[in-house]
Amino acid sequence: MNFKLILNIAFHLLKARLKQTIVAAVGVTFGIAMFITLISFMGGLNEMLDGLMLNRTPHILLYNEVKPSENQPLSLSEEYKNHTKFIHSIKPKDRGKSVYNSQSIIKVLKQDKRIIDVAPKVTASVLFNSGTIEISGFVNGIDMLAEDKLFKISDYITEGKIADLAQNNSVIIGIGLANKMLLSKGDIIKITTSNGDLTPLKIVGISEIGIAEIDNVMSYTSLATAQKILGQPKSYITDIQVNLYDKESAVELAKEFRKEFNIDTIDYQTANAQFETGSTVRSIISYSVGIVLLIVAGFGIYNILNMMIYEKMDSIAILKATGFSGSDVKWIFISLSIIIGLTGGIFGLLFGFIFSNIIDVIPFETTSLPTVKTYPIVYNIIYYIIGIVFAFCTTIIAGLFPALKASKVDPVEIIRGK
Amino acid sequence: MEENNKVIETIGLSKYFYDPIKFQVIKEVDLSINHGEFVAIEGKSGSGKSTLLYLLSTMDTDYEGQLFIHNELVTGQGDAQLAKIRNEKIGFVFQFHYLLLEYNVLKNVMLPGLKFGKYSEKELEQRAMDHLKTLGMDTHALKMPNQLSGGEKQRVAIARALINDPLIIMGDEPTGNLDKKNGDLVFDIFKKLAKEFNQTILVVTHDIDFAKRTDRIITMEDGRIIS
Repeated sequence: MNFKLILNIAFHLLKARLKQTIVAAVGVTFGIAMFITLISFMGGLNEMLDGLMLNRTPHILLYNEVKPSENQPLSLSEEYKNHTKFIHSIKPKDRGKSVYNSQSIIKVLKQDKRIIDVAPKVTASVLFNSGTIEISGFVNGIDMLAEDKLFKISDYITEGKIADLAQNNSVIIGIGLANKMLLSKGDIIKITTSNGDLTPLKIVGISEIGIAEIDNVMSYTSLATAQKILGQPKSYITDIQVNLYDKESAVELAKEFRKEFNIDTIDYQTANAQFETGSTVRSIISYSVGIVLLIVAGFGIYNILNMMIYEKMDSIAILKATGFSGSDVKWIFISLSIIIGLTGGIFGLLFGFIFSNIIDVIPFETTSLPTVKTYPIVYNIIYYIIGIVFAFCTTIIAGLFPALKASKVDPVEIIRGK
Repeated sequence: MEENNKVIETIGLSKYFYDPIKFQVIKEVDLSINHGEFVAIEGKSGSGKSTLLYLLSTMDTDYEGQLFIHNELVTGQGDAQLAKIRNEKIGFVFQFHYLLLEYNVLKNVMLPGLKFGKYSEKELEQRAMDHLKTLGMDTHALKMPNQLSGGEKQRVAIARALINDPLIIMGDEPTGNLDKKNGDLVFDIFKKLAKEFNQTILVVTHDIDFAKRTDRIITMEDGRIIS
């Protein structure tokens, strides 16, 4: 088959019907452009919301869960070994919140090639006192450098600097807490631990994560200060947070660490299952809208080609009479459709990119997301590949039926009908 | 050999129309056309002469009997195969010119040749120009079809029919749409092709005058050849 000739004929047919061709192509352009824009925007939104979650949640958290012993004393008994045992009123075992042997675990984890970094943390529930008010909350003793590296915590410090925590007895408190207690940077806040010890700390900064629940109760201090407040030694660590290079492997690694260190672990996916659902639903919505737009564009192409066939009946008849086979004619019309689809699609990608760029610079400021200044957009080559493949498929399918019809045109009927 | 001289041969060619009732249009036609003949099929309207031509053209495949072109059995061949035969061995001139309005005259003439692919584009262009010159149309080569008169269009259609050096040129009322002067002009071209180039030509016409001036007249009536 002579594709050069077939393409040449297709081009000439298109040229003769330039206006309609452009309208058909614009349909595809519009569909693809909207698809790209939507999916990039949704992708950006997903990434932003995921970021919101991931910036607070480590990929893997190692900690001691409050739970009963898995092996109760009765199970050690030889006598009742083969019996079914019922034990009532089991209480959780107090193993303390401290991770046992934390220093060596951290050391091993830090050498693991799959791990970006390890951030040890001490959390304790405390009471904040200012004047006569007491508000319950939490104090997080953090390793400033590691915490900032893994969770970009400095993004959320609205006043002061994270490095200021290096001073003895300093604290950064959530904005909700500061507002309630009328405290600002430089003031002193008193903290009562569950043991009843009272410690005054100097406020060196205010943090705002954007979630009131957290901002109302959270405070940050250095590991050393936290340990001191609690009256614990330097090895006292309640959480070991780990971020991975490949976060998808979190589930597996969490299991591995649980076995290796004999400690409770939780991965971020298990901890935040509802976020995944939201992302999936948003993706489904944007894909369906894109596909619907393309189907509409496909109908446009179908119409134009059908019309073209009726207009060009004579041409089809003479092509067949002079030696073009049915399949040649079919390919002429399929090429027509592909030309419309690809031109429309490529322009669609271009416009999609331009629209994405426009959305990307539209200001979007919200107090809950201090780091986000404009609407989020993701630029992903995969979206563009999907877009062009979609355009290609829809136009081929839309062109196929008219093309088959054209290939079945009986030249005798046309020529004798004159 | 006498056998090899036959361009077209039919054995017991029959065709039926089924709408509105079953009706036999062509009845057991045995026909052969030799190389170099200028043949006219003549007959009244409804005698089946056009139907016969379209059967011989290979475009209509719904028939009984056998059709040989250049001693090759054509009956039962596939669409692509038949298209190839039409492309390489048959040139068509219809009542209407059927030029592609999107192409200029030269390109219209070249199109079947481009499909054949026997000659390069350059050679084809030269050949097309030669044919146009023979028909006195070389000055119009770069015009679009809608800039030409009816007679001129028909001459371009003849040039297109000639481009692949066909075994036979088939014409369905090729002068039917033309006035007397242009009709004569087209007839003279056919005559010249037959005489000077020994071109086999088969023309369907209801114009007795036209038919009389050819080498051989086949008269049809009620789907049969009567003389």
